[in-house]
Amino acid sequence: MGTYNYNDTTLYNLRMLYEQMGYKRFKMSKFEEYDLYLEYKKFLSTENIITFTDLHGKLFALKPDITLSIAKNAKPGEAQKLYYKENVYRASRETKEYKEITQLGLEYIGDIDAYTLGEVVLLAARSLKAVSSNYVLDISHMGFVSALLDTADLSDSRKEKLIGFLGKKDTHELLSSCEHYGVEPETAQRIAMLSEIYGDFESTYPQIRELAVTPAMVDAAEELKALYDFLKASGEGEHINLDFSIVNDMSYYNGVIYRGYVESVPCSVLSGGRYDNLLKKLGKDCQAIGFAVYVDILELYAKYEKEYDVDVLLCYDKGVSPVKISEKATEFTAQGKSVKVLNTVPEGLKYKQLVTITEEGE
Amino acid sequence: MDYLNIALPKGRLGEKVYDMFERIGYGCPAIREKNRSLIFENHENKVRYFWSKPSDVAIYVERGAADIGVVGKDILLEYEPDIYELLDMNIGKCRMCVAAPDIFRDNPEKTLRVATKFVNIARAHYAKKGRDIEICKLNGSIEIAPILGMTDVIVDIVETGTTLKENNLEVIESIIPISARLVANKASTKFKNEQIADIRKRLQEVIEK
Repeated sequence: MGTYNYNDTTLYNLRMLYEQMGYKRFKMSKFEEYDLYLEYKKFLSTENIITFTDLHGKLFALKPDITLSIAKNAKPGEAQKLYYKENVYRASRETKEYKEITQLGLEYIGDIDAYTLGEVVLLAARSLKAVSSNYVLDISHMGFVSALLDTADLSDSRKEKLIGFLGKKDTHELLSSCEHYGVEPETAQRIAMLSEIYGDFESTYPQIRELAVTPAMVDAAEELKALYDFLKASGEGEHINLDFSIVNDMSYYNGVIYRGYVESVPCSVLSGGRYDNLLKKLGKDCQAIGFAVYVDILELYAKYEKEYDVDVLLCYDKGVSPVKISEKATEFTAQGKSVKVLNTVPEGLKYKQLVTITEEGE
Repeated sequence: MDYLNIALPKGRLGEKVYDMFERIGYGCPAIREKNRSLIFENHENKVRYFWSKPSDVAIYVERGAADIGVVGKDILLEYEPDIYELLDMNIGKCRMCVAAPDIFRDNPEKTLRVATKFVNIARAHYAKKGRDIEICKLNGSIEIAPILGMTDVIVDIVETGTTLKENNLEVIESIIPISARLVANKASTKFKNEQIADIRKRLQEVIEK
């Protein structure tokens, strides 16, 4: 406990982390044509979008997501490394009210090889580390999950149902649905096992390897292993867990996907993965991977417990010359102290030191 | 090691659940003392229990105030919290049903009036059938609504059916079987995996099939 360390400089540190590795900030407008979201609705985690008509009568939306806009503007054949810090607008699931959320994210669009994959996931791990020394990055592989489900010969909607249960680690419903769908018991057991696997990479990997019965599954498992070896060599191995309950929509995500947690925050604070399928749907022949950091959640759970509101409360009488007050204030700020200048002592303010200046002096 | 926070639903079901936890070595003797405390700790096995309104257990778990908890499938279906459902406890078994007065005859020409606590479940059930309904959300004693002619039917959980029978209502449709589930916060499962996995494994052994 007590390792969670989010403060005013965290965002800056994260941006520096990305800039150091050559990722450029991508600044964009707040609006996007509504059609884009209509077409790729399932890519979004929200269904509620704030829309408005622009001055020419076109329907626009306040962005609920940034990745989609970046993917839409991607130029195939040109590798792009970028990051963004933007506000997005989404409805809260609980309160049914719109919220403005600050999102920090990083995307790579271009050919993805073992190094690029490693670099992006390593940056995700280091982003978590910047917030807490006790973090966990869970990794999964959509290719592995969909190849396993392919062995069961099911319709897409039934596969989606099973993926939903996998996301809840609901082995019980997984098995009863498989039975209901007429999936062979052996295959059903394999799917159920996938939902039970959780833990550090080295102890769980052999189980995954054992589950891999088709070439596609073997390839996916080996890709995970290569990624883990890369992360381990970079010093982040002990924070990497295998967890197949992280699931994303199959029609957009294909390869490695991941989700990050830090201690004392009850939900995930980072998520991302490989989304070549989205680009394919957008008619672009290239690959992409990225992640987003949920800044709003980090802020919500940050503990600002300052003992004092201000170091010095500088109280002056009417009639004291403004120059004299300013000189006194500068004296404190030069010492690195914070100073609040007021002409009365306010109620409820906590200060370390009270200094009053009258016409005669201090 | 940190304490593992466990949310239990107040009432008969919660007591049954606590008995199971006690049997698998996660007891907390303080809970048996008759007093007004709300939170009970056992320093030896590092567990902390608290009772909460059954429908709130999922909220405590989703927000991480409780690492794990036990809650009815009805609540999970209604509120769809973002949590793990680790086990079917096979207790607190009942059915989510549509019930109506014995003289009721469905008239598909009319909008069906439905009284229920479970607005989302009722809406999803009738949407699947393409039936137009009007929902009347009530918080208890749902059975009264059709008796007073306020609605045509009710959607509610039925355990034995006694209450229905006493009010001249009968089950006309069974929507889904319900039972208690062991649920866990997603982040807790990462940081307290050992304790949670141990509880799950031991509970699995004492659950009556």
